[in-house]
Amino acid sequence: MIDLVLFSSTSRLWLILPLIICISLVYAGTHHEQLGLIVRRAWRTFKWITGFMLLAFGILYLIQYLV
Amino acid sequence: MRDPLRAAFWALLWPGAGHVYQRRYAKAVIFMICILSLFAVGWTLGGKRVVYASWRNGDRRWQYLCQVWVGLPAWPAILQTVNITPFGKDFMRRPSLPPQWYDQQPLNSDQPTEAALWQLEDHGDYELGTVLTMIAGLLNLLVIFDAAAGPVRRGKSKPVEEENGSA
Repeated sequence: MIDLVLFSSTSRLWLILPLIICISLVYAGTHHEQLGLIVRRAWRTFKWITGFMLLAFGILYLIQYLV
Repeated sequence: MRDPLRAAFWALLWPGAGHVYQRRYAKAVIFMICILSLFAVGWTLGGKRVVYASWRNGDRRWQYLCQVWVGLPAWPAILQTVNITPFGKDFMRRPSLPPQWYDQQPLNSDQPTEAALWQLEDHGDYELGTVLTMIAGLLNLLVIFDAAAGPVRRGKSKPVEEENGSA
């Protein structure tokens, strides 16, 4: 079931990745001046957001699995 | 940094333009690509109908309050409300709504508005496109502040020139 959702061609789920990249880059860009620092901080923000969303996904999946 | 107020004005007009004015080119490119591509993808995804300005009874497009900060790419919607249509009558137009539409409808009416029809035609993409364009606008707000006041800092403040290594 998870595979169907994640890899479905009709799913817009994958738009979340460029969205997170854009948000991370702009957020880091408004906090730093050096390009290297911006990219490093953006990567960190990307991991935080993605991790948080995966955690939320895991919890919701667990709930629907248990109920 | 060059004149902060003027930079903020340019950033408001076009994402990244304020940073070009301040010769912070790397950041300008990042902001321009990220914000404009988000806006373009969202607008296209929503059938090119997700950006419009309306504050009429029954059609309060509060989402435009977020989208408007993208600047020039979103402002034709304002022109449409005063019947100025430089890009055609349908470009960013608001959905039609007969006068006193809500007053005329019985409470149990299932007669849809044109806005509801747009959402119906594009399904979830309409909502997704709306959200993406809203996020683009809100991100440009951060960019405008960055152009006006420099990077946000927590704790000890460090001048921009110092981080650049050009102090």
